[in-house]
Amino acid sequence: METKISKEEVRHVATLARLELTEPEELRMTEQMNSILSYMDKLNELNTSDVPATTHAIQLENVSRQDRISCSLDRRQALDNAPQSDGVNFIVPKVI
Amino acid sequence: MHLHALTIHELHKLLIRKEVSVTDVVSAFLTRIEKFDRKLNCYLTPLADAALDQAGQFDQGAGDIHRSPLAGIPLAIKDVLCMQGVRTTCASRILENFVPPYDGTVVANLKKAGAIFLGKTNMDEFAMGSSTENSAYKPTRNPWDLNRVPGGSSGGSAAAVAADLCAGSLGSDTGGSIRQPASFCGVVGLKPTYGRVSRYGLVAFASSLDQIGPITKDVEDAALLLQVIAGHDPKDSTSVDQPVPDYRAGLNESIKGLRLGIPKEYFIEGMHPEVASIVRKAVQTCQELGAEILEVSLPHTEYGVAAYYIIAPAEASSNLARYDGVKYGYRVANARELMTMYRQSRSQGFGSEVKRRIMLGTYVLSAGYYDAYYRKASQVRTLIRGDFLKAFAQCDALLAPVAPIPAFNIGEKTDDPLQMYLSDVFTLPASLAGIPGISVPCGFSSDKLPIGLQILGPHFREDLILRIAYQFEQATPHLRSTPELT
Repeated sequence: METKISKEEVRHVATLARLELTEPEELRMTEQMNSILSYMDKLNELNTSDVPATTHAIQLENVSRQDRISCSLDRRQALDNAPQSDGVNFIVPKVI
Repeated sequence: MHLHALTIHELHKLLIRKEVSVTDVVSAFLTRIEKFDRKLNCYLTPLADAALDQAGQFDQGAGDIHRSPLAGIPLAIKDVLCMQGVRTTCASRILENFVPPYDGTVVANLKKAGAIFLGKTNMDEFAMGSSTENSAYKPTRNPWDLNRVPGGSSGGSAAAVAADLCAGSLGSDTGGSIRQPASFCGVVGLKPTYGRVSRYGLVAFASSLDQIGPITKDVEDAALLLQVIAGHDPKDSTSVDQPVPDYRAGLNESIKGLRLGIPKEYFIEGMHPEVASIVRKAVQTCQELGAEILEVSLPHTEYGVAAYYIIAPAEASSNLARYDGVKYGYRVANARELMTMYRQSRSQGFGSEVKRRIMLGTYVLSAGYYDAYYRKASQVRTLIRGDFLKAFAQCDALLAPVAPIPAFNIGEKTDDPLQMYLSDVFTLPASLAGIPGISVPCGFSSDKLPIGLQILGPHFREDLILRIAYQFEQATPHLRSTPELT
């Protein structure tokens, strides 16, 4: 099978995706992604140079609404599921 | 008479005639869950106490049983739908302790209609899978054969309906996740047109494909449930503002004179021979009911799997970026800096199929590959959608198999993700095209595994596919059967 993606590229994509793969996971992922991406080559049998892309199957239009305040979650509810908060803010590890 | 074996509309008749109480009905299902769910694993979060409380309130006159056909009816809800105050996990470790502060629109609608919730049902993690084996908690078993999968991703919802562990349920369908488990479990499953049902409060997988729909014991129940969940919702800007017809009103109308297309690409080499012959027999039944049968072609069918498994993971990689351990969900302990916290929380919180799809999605959207994969797949999506539009110029609806095989063995496909993806070949194209589809039981394989007939219709013609399914179901009462559980 043709190599579509190397182990190094898999490592790079994992960084982009904010994932951390163990060495065995990396190997397995490389193998599986190669198999899946090779299958995707099938799409190249089709000439699509004049075909527009479809992003939604039905006709959608932008929806706007009045800029009016309506009910939303209160602070306590919004923080309830936080892994760490001080009751006012979400707490995260130091950023800078 | 076993209350748990009745359909929603049958239970409703007994309830309004006061022949049974809501508590009787709810208790019948709870007893059944107590007895069999240890084997089947349909439920992740049972809500027995809340259900009994609600039933008691109904019986004391606090709820109007005439309010709707769903009043006092016990339902199961796929754990991908937010319910205020009830743990919603998506069968993922990353949401193990997530308790939504709000109701999804479909849940709110069901509450308004007076439905009672028996619990949240098992699924493939984040609805990614075709067997419910990707649940981070436990695999659901097929009530027809406990060694087999119930299908997926709405496997818990479908198995619960088939095993009479609820009167009806809701699932979600991104590439077949309602229709395929309905087929594998021998029940009715309807995926509505994209935009017909609000997705507000549905945990997002692939936003241009996800739809919520009913899984029920018969077609009339599917119509009743769809009636309550369909409609425009200002909270979902992709829900469509089109009138909702009375889905039950047209069921009785004959299908005489309807032109039903058989897509030749849906009968392929390598499919289970009994699936092909049983579906062909169902086609013949429709012909005997007066429908005109014609062969049609959907020439781009074979590209559906490749297009879908680029588009859906691409959207998923973006949607699942929100699980970062900050606002909700799992966070790794003791991470000293932000990036480590993100990466470790996500790596420990997500299961392997979810990681695989995030990786694939991130890759196909990344610089240098976007045109070759994502753009190409979106163009092929146009061709697949065009196939259906052309077919519907010739015929009113399409008849096809739901899956190329009946329910497979637990563990049979878990080592080879591509083989698992290929089993979705007959459900993915309709999802990409956004059209509605229903799976209705049409027979059994020689080893007594259910097989479904898939009926596909033009956008917003749920009324039409429900009518065809209903007429077929009424003409084939001998196909109605329930699994024997001991």
